[in-house]
Amino acid sequence: IMRGSALKQLGSLIARGAAKESTAIPAAQGAVRAYASADKQITATLFPGDGIGPEISEAVVTIFEAAKAPIQWEEQRIGKEVDPETNSFITRANLDSVLKNRIGLKGPMATPIGKGFRSLNLTLRKELQLYANVRPCLSIPGYKTRYDDVDLVTVRENTEGEYSGLEHEVVPGVVEALKVITATASTRVAEFAFKYASEHGRKKVTSVHKANIMKLADGLFIRCCREVAEKYPDIVYEEMIVDNTCMQLVSDPSQFDVMVMPNLYGDIISDLSAGLIGGLGLTPSGNIGANGLALMEAVHGTAPNLVGKNLANPTALLLSGVMMLKHLNLNEVANKIEDATLSTIAEGKYVTQDLGGNAGTSDFTKAIIGHLR
Amino acid sequence: RLSYRAALELGSPPAAAAAVAAVATRALGTDLSYVPIPGDSQMKTVTLIPGDGIGPEVVKCVERVVETLKAPIKFEKFEVSGANPDGTPRESLPDEVIESLRRNKVCIKGTLWAPLYKENTNTQSLNVMLRKKLDLYVNLVHAYNIPGVKTRHEGGRIDIRIVRENTEGEYSGLEHEVVPGVVESLKIITERNSRRIAEYAFEYATMNNRRKVTAVHKANIMKLGDGQFLSVCRETAKRYPNIEFEEMIVDATCMKLVSNPEHFDVMVTPNLYGNIVCNVAAGLAGGAGVVPGVNVGEDIAIFEQGARHVGRDLIGLDLANPTAMLLSTAMMFRHLQIPMFADRLEAAIITLLAKPQNHTPDIGGKASTSSFMTALLEKL
Repeated sequence: IMRGSALKQLGSLIARGAAKESTAIPAAQGAVRAYASADKQITATLFPGDGIGPEISEAVVTIFEAAKAPIQWEEQRIGKEVDPETNSFITRANLDSVLKNRIGLKGPMATPIGKGFRSLNLTLRKELQLYANVRPCLSIPGYKTRYDDVDLVTVRENTEGEYSGLEHEVVPGVVEALKVITATASTRVAEFAFKYASEHGRKKVTSVHKANIMKLADGLFIRCCREVAEKYPDIVYEEMIVDNTCMQLVSDPSQFDVMVMPNLYGDIISDLSAGLIGGLGLTPSGNIGANGLALMEAVHGTAPNLVGKNLANPTALLLSGVMMLKHLNLNEVANKIEDATLSTIAEGKYVTQDLGGNAGTSDFTKAIIGHLR
Repeated sequence: RLSYRAALELGSPPAAAAAVAAVATRALGTDLSYVPIPGDSQMKTVTLIPGDGIGPEVVKCVERVVETLKAPIKFEKFEVSGANPDGTPRESLPDEVIESLRRNKVCIKGTLWAPLYKENTNTQSLNVMLRKKLDLYVNLVHAYNIPGVKTRHEGGRIDIRIVRENTEGEYSGLEHEVVPGVVESLKIITERNSRRIAEYAFEYATMNNRRKVTAVHKANIMKLGDGQFLSVCRETAKRYPNIEFEEMIVDATCMKLVSNPEHFDVMVTPNLYGNIVCNVAAGLAGGAGVVPGVNVGEDIAIFEQGARHVGRDLIGLDLANPTAMLLSTAMMFRHLQIPMFADRLEAAIITLLAKPQNHTPDIGGKASTSSFMTALLEKL
């Protein structure tokens, strides 16, 4: 039994899904991967991760199989020691797998304690040249927050900006941190944002900046966005200063569609948007690399207190998997899985604890499979 | 008898104060009595900068309110703009304005244009320049929900005071193009400014009976810069053992603000994160039209709106919401040690905003600036 508003939202979701099928999707530029047909499988790398990672990965694999998604998983575990070739717990084999398959799904990973090696995220980002982080934030019918009308996508530049890691102490007590903005990286992320918008039927791209204060740096960023915008006359382009954006997001998030921004604002705004729809446990995330390579991931933690208790919620990883299917242009099966997940949550009968129910991971998974049409 | 704590259940601190005062008045049968020292009612001169956008309109409301209240304030008005007549950004404020500020030490100001323009040169926004020149290192913003003004957080009580560093950080204005297509922008964090702002945050918390200070940072990524800010905050916290201290990374802070804003009390932040957090908090409390703010230095205080937006879309339409500027004016009265005028003004505003017919469009109503002011001046 679904509530009227949830039913209406679900209806519009399904209609949107149907509309996506009928829209011609242009091939990603420079994509180096095969398209699936009924008998041909696509191999994707799967990092189950730590903590609840293996449980939720199993749920995702089961659901994909039931939905007959043409995906063959190549499971990869990160190393127990630092690999000298990569200076990280992520091994050369891990990276080569993703580079070969050009598509992957990653569960939550625990941050190893210690020094002298690169962090997991940094390793992945640098080695796979992941330049954009994409988070679609959609209000989930059936999970009530104070914001029920969110349907936006944040595209965050992921290689430079304030996170360049270039800091030094000029004299004792005075620290300088460098924020680097380049035309190359700004154009690259803007290109991706507009391409994503046009491929997914989105109508507007908003670039978020603080160019009234950081005139050269953010000024360069929005100049690059403007240039890319001219190549997509069908998509509305607007610019908004980051502080106004934040205020608008918490008062009326329905006005936003796709948003593109430099690293720091992207970090904050993508987390802010995730908070609007219910947190990181429900938010999918994807990292885009060169030539169409993509690594989707669940951005929540490993939840060590839930391990082995059949309590974990696989929604974030599942929706990230759906994002992965859409990236591969497997929209039919992607929408099938997405609709089944959202109807299960909207129905509210078999949902996990964090969603207000008392079903276990396995029951939630079975219920989603039951909703697959 | 109504205790202040019980009155807080009714809503924001000013509403609570007004409720207590009202009950006390009824019980006593007379108004409260503030005892002046001879000479307290002498005229104080306050600098007035209407600014750009809707600034002039809301500043006029301030002047009318001060007149009606018969507060001992004389305004020294300077009509400057952030932009030159041809649209290019203005390089600096006239010396007479700076002198007036140093002389009067108190100012009410609308936001000046900080325009974007086609050729990127490196002039600073006038608002930023003013803060640096007069060393107004604190930006204090008080975001609270006003009973009657609808927000997404119905039933929740939001009362967040943000103490934001106001002169350095990302707003240093030090940028250069290394090679074509590569720009470096410097973010400066000094120990001195971090210490001053942390001190002010805890001092403010003590003077205003606050229980917790949250430091907002990104020290996991900016280990040296934000790391320095954080360690200074920790040191300062040790000297105020009665006040709870917590640290939160800026992205987690924003996420928590939208799901559980009641968690926050006083927040201390470097410049840019403060900008973002202030605007999120203002959005939660009802928007830029209702949140007051002030820039404070060693001896100068400039009162303005909490969320500094020029309100370009509202110019000349008689639809701007003067609440934020008027609540800042009330804060100014308390700063000038004439709190009785603040009490009267805040009580009148809170009573007015309890009724939807006095809501301007930014808070979902149909009232105009004029109709709001007519009702307010009548109440005063």
